[in-house]
Amino acid sequence: MKKRYFLYLLLGTIFGITLMKGDAVSWFRMQEMFRFQGFQMYGIFMTAIPTAALSIFIIKKFKIKTLDGQPVRILKKKFNWGYVYGGILFGIGWALTGACPGPIYVQIGSGLSIAVVTLISALLGTWVYSYLKPRLPH
Amino acid sequence: MEIFELLRRPWPWYVAGPLIGLMVPLLLLAGNKMLGISSTLRQVCAMCFPGNVPFLKYNWKEQLWNIFFALGLLLGGFIGGVLLKPVANMPLSPATLHALSGYGISPQENILPIEIFNWAHLFTWQHLLIVVGGGFLVGFGTRYAGGCTSGHGIFGLATMQWPSLVAVALFFISGILTSNFLLPLLLK
Repeated sequence: MKKRYFLYLLLGTIFGITLMKGDAVSWFRMQEMFRFQGFQMYGIFMTAIPTAALSIFIIKKFKIKTLDGQPVRILKKKFNWGYVYGGILFGIGWALTGACPGPIYVQIGSGLSIAVVTLISALLGTWVYSYLKPRLPH
Repeated sequence: MEIFELLRRPWPWYVAGPLIGLMVPLLLLAGNKMLGISSTLRQVCAMCFPGNVPFLKYNWKEQLWNIFFALGLLLGGFIGGVLLKPVANMPLSPATLHALSGYGISPQENILPIEIFNWAHLFTWQHLLIVVGGGFLVGFGTRYAGGCTSGHGIFGLATMQWPSLVAVALFFISGILTSNFLLPLLLK
């Protein structure tokens, strides 16, 4: 199986440009969304999700294979209570920093060095969760 | 060049949204990869400082694709934010501008409010709570919830997984409460 790292770099780049140009990396835009005062972010979600769903439907319907000739597999997410506790905690962080993980990278790339602080804090948060995982309710 | 001028303008939701949605099938077809950015944070932890933490001891070399995807996001930020910097930003709703100006945050040609996200102003407890505390919760919360806005919000909802719907609903409820009640307290 080929690694295709260049392809993932390219897809990430397109994703990054889109998040940037669609203003989905803006702290201001997130406050607007959470205050129901603008449509940009809702419009993005309401078109991105059906586009993805329709594409998957087409892939399944015509049994389109991956570049390696494998059938497309979609792993099921299994519910645990971490989705609830983690969801609440992430929501707080999202509204405060105005960024979910993807936009943090994009902000840094756009030249905002201060977003490195957000990234390091997020890495620290991930590490602490990983460390505490066996002791946390799930 | 006309196409350059067109790309340079802010992209409306009906352009950005479908392009973001297309990432899901493209990653699946590229090699059965599921869209999700928060896993890159775990990946960096596993690569750089796994310590003695079982959750960080996995074969990260098999997941290296997501590091390249994250590098692409950095590059995309540079291309979209620097090379394709728009002449004028997409306007923000007047209601949001008004509310934010009440907390001393002025609109500007940037994607982060310089009054908070600024090396010189970082070291007040309120700003540290927003940037460092908020960043910490992004990392802690997404891993606890098993995904973020891309993994649950786009991929999970598009593949109709109800656990993702639970997670996304809580992302939003908690974000709405934070933006409307907690943030104003911190910016007083």
